[in-house]
Amino acid sequence: MKEKLVLIGNGMAGIRTLEELFKLEEADKYEITVFGDEPHPNYNRIMLSPVLAGEKTIDDIILNSHEWYAENGITLHTGDPVVEIDRVGRQVKSTAGKSVAYDRLLIATGSTPFIIPVPGADLDGVIGFRDIKDVEIMLETASNYKKAVVIGGGLLGLEAANGLMKNGMDVTVVHLMDILMERQLDKPAANLLKASLEQKGMKFLMEAQTAEIIGGDRVTGVKFADGSNIDADLVVMAVGIRPSFALAEQAGIHCERGIVVNDTMQTFDPKIYAVGECVQHRGNCYGLVAPLFEQAKVCANHLAHLGYGRYEGSVTSTKLKVTGIDLFSAGEFNEEEGDETLVMQDPAQGVYKKLVIRDNQIKGAVMYGDTMDGTWYFQMLREGTDISAFRSTILFGQHDLGDAGHGDGARVANLSDDAEICGCNGVCKGDIVNAITTQGLFTLDEVRAHTKASASCGSCTGLVESILASTVGEGYSAAPSKKPMCSCTEHSHDDVIGVINKEALKSMRQLFDYLNWKTPDGCASCRPALNYYLLARWPEEYQDDAQSRFINERAHGNIQKDGTYSVVPRMFGGLCTPKDLRTIADVCDKFDVPEMKVTGGQRIDLFGVKKEDLPLVWKDLSDAGFVSGHAYGKAMRTVKTCAGKTWCRFGTQNSTGLGVKLEELTWGSWMPHKFKLAVSGCPRNCAEATIKDFGVVCVDSGYELHVGGNGGIKVRVTDLLCRVETEEEVLEYCGAFTQLYREEAHYLERTAPWVERVGLSHIKQCIVEDEVGRKALNERFKIGQQYAQIDPWKARADGAHANEFTPIELAV
Amino acid sequence: MSEWIEVIELTQIPVLGSRVIKTQERDIAVFRGSDDQVYAIRDACPHKNGPLSQGIMHGSSVTCPLHNWKIDLNSGEALGPDEGCANVFPARVEDGLVYLQLKSAEAVA
Repeated sequence: MKEKLVLIGNGMAGIRTLEELFKLEEADKYEITVFGDEPHPNYNRIMLSPVLAGEKTIDDIILNSHEWYAENGITLHTGDPVVEIDRVGRQVKSTAGKSVAYDRLLIATGSTPFIIPVPGADLDGVIGFRDIKDVEIMLETASNYKKAVVIGGGLLGLEAANGLMKNGMDVTVVHLMDILMERQLDKPAANLLKASLEQKGMKFLMEAQTAEIIGGDRVTGVKFADGSNIDADLVVMAVGIRPSFALAEQAGIHCERGIVVNDTMQTFDPKIYAVGECVQHRGNCYGLVAPLFEQAKVCANHLAHLGYGRYEGSVTSTKLKVTGIDLFSAGEFNEEEGDETLVMQDPAQGVYKKLVIRDNQIKGAVMYGDTMDGTWYFQMLREGTDISAFRSTILFGQHDLGDAGHGDGARVANLSDDAEICGCNGVCKGDIVNAITTQGLFTLDEVRAHTKASASCGSCTGLVESILASTVGEGYSAAPSKKPMCSCTEHSHDDVIGVINKEALKSMRQLFDYLNWKTPDGCASCRPALNYYLLARWPEEYQDDAQSRFINERAHGNIQKDGTYSVVPRMFGGLCTPKDLRTIADVCDKFDVPEMKVTGGQRIDLFGVKKEDLPLVWKDLSDAGFVSGHAYGKAMRTVKTCAGKTWCRFGTQNSTGLGVKLEELTWGSWMPHKFKLAVSGCPRNCAEATIKDFGVVCVDSGYELHVGGNGGIKVRVTDLLCRVETEEEVLEYCGAFTQLYREEAHYLERTAPWVERVGLSHIKQCIVEDEVGRKALNERFKIGQQYAQIDPWKARADGAHANEFTPIELAV
Repeated sequence: MSEWIEVIELTQIPVLGSRVIKTQERDIAVFRGSDDQVYAIRDACPHKNGPLSQGIMHGSSVTCPLHNWKIDLNSGEALGPDEGCANVFPARVEDGLVYLQLKSAEAVA
């Protein structure tokens, strides 16, 4: 017998909760009934403004069709509000007289527009801006009347005013304060906004307090507290929303400003949950969509009796959906005493950006005119990123960091539909926008799953997020500040690294149990990460799990598109002898290697080796003294070198010799991601050391050490760590830096984003300023290396893991 | 019913891993779950023929090593929004030996 779940409120928060519930295996434990006030199925309320402005139709914004309810076995009662919750009898009663029993009740009654209690507020032609009916009234009025007054200069009021203006009405916005959108903007940004809306033809009455709505049956004007008045055929009240909780309150459920819920979205009555605009959580009521979706996810989880997941509140960001106006705001954008503000203002171009900084972290942001970097600032705000390393350029945006992702000045809104966004998977802007609108997508993960955009190398993530944000407005649910490792868990990378240390967990099974992993044996995303973390932390004890490694690391070669492998023998520092080259040539002849190539890291790559031949190829290479080049792994790859002072007339130090020593120190080491080194013999930097993870540039007086560079997806020039005088110091600093990265970075995070995330000053503190700490890091690195520098190729050439390389032949 | 063919000892397949069975017609990947259940599937991803045998197995599905498509080993169907299907073959374990049934699947194919 299925349990009965009744949902009161057929809106975005409630239905989202059901959708989240259906994603969980436990979903079919419920027989579900939904009651809605409106006659429509669930639609995208935040898209009402574009509908009013004539940019979308009502059909465009329907999120769940009637078929969806039927397919999921949901009984839907539209246009039939619930009038009573009987908590003792556990049933609800509707206007039409239906009684439905429940085992669990979910209240998602949303909110209602606040109608200012002035005389005349109940006249014909006075409405809020909340649902499809309001939009229909506005559209109808616009075709018969001329003058509209919108009371309230907030987000909703301005969107309503813009829409009415587009429908040919003469619109005046009346605002009580002297700042438009004062909950999202500061004064300079608000003034820019006001100026550009005035240019479009909108009129404003600021600091005006409404005293009375004038009229007979129908509104004819608005009178203000100072005695003045204005003509009006339509008055839209957009002064705020009030959570709708009368129904819950009547039933004796504890309510304050909204229905009070705990972190599991449970009300005072444990059988009753509530989500959305009607709830009050930790003292906050939310009116934007992103937090509601976070609540929906948590609530679904508890309805499914899974019992993990907590809602801990949201930081929200806003965008105004008025075509041609870009503004963005997030966090605490009005500075408090002791805060610093960074401001950039260009009145001629109508650009204004302000960041509120506290303790080198972004606490709030307001942007007007150029909002391209809004998502970037918002991400740093949520993650508490230390911005000290780039605060001098931060206002110029992310592309100015050399850490593009956006491409210079590429304005998402201005891109044409056929502009390619994701170069890996060939996804154009139009494809993404289309998927977002037709499939009702709200998160980056959903866009990735449906379009593949940014699902490969990830370099276009920023662009995809911007498209998402500009397409769905504030409905865009940015990833929560704490990002789970993958869908198998709610825990972040840092959580996992933390408990491995703190609880001394030494096996994957222990980790799964301790952290309540949701899947029996993880997935292709988390298992390699966990295997790495355990290996990096417990090199002496942890038994590497081959089945948790990506195939390249399991087969010790790089899988190619036809299923063959490539083989790169290690050549320390790029040095080689005629005998080495002859051995490689002989191997290629013997095994019919179809193609050879010199790699970017100065090594030789043999392509097209069949998997079953790999151990034989390695045997020949190993006998000649070669070890694995690890060109296939999240591991230390190569040390690139220039000729150095032995030959080069400009060389200041023995760069090749130092390169060999560095490679002898670091080869074989498993890393969070690939890790490349280089040594240049002079500042001409022929080995390109300043785009490597760890680069050495020799100078006459010693060695400059550079870290966090990247020549790949996003080119990033290294940061100078320090200068040292001897080769011994270079090796010690290199070991320590490598180990710090191995211990602190997230799996699949290269040094470049890691350095940006933790801040160069943190790395300097650990490596340069703390001598004891540096030596300890270097020692730990060397301990790990004792186990890592057992050549995997020789081991397999000698017969280890033979099953991996041996197919079974069947004569059928 | 077509005949069951003995192919390998169960212990010769790593847990959450696979072995490749080469037949005259095609390569078949035989997987072993953490509960010792075995699955046999044509060793070619419906997306771009990636060798599924080389992927990471989890639960009763495998992630293709080339482009991360997730394939259900029970049905051969791609999971998530991706669409496609690889042939699966009946497989069972008896007395520590893995048996496959090849012909019936070909009839289906």
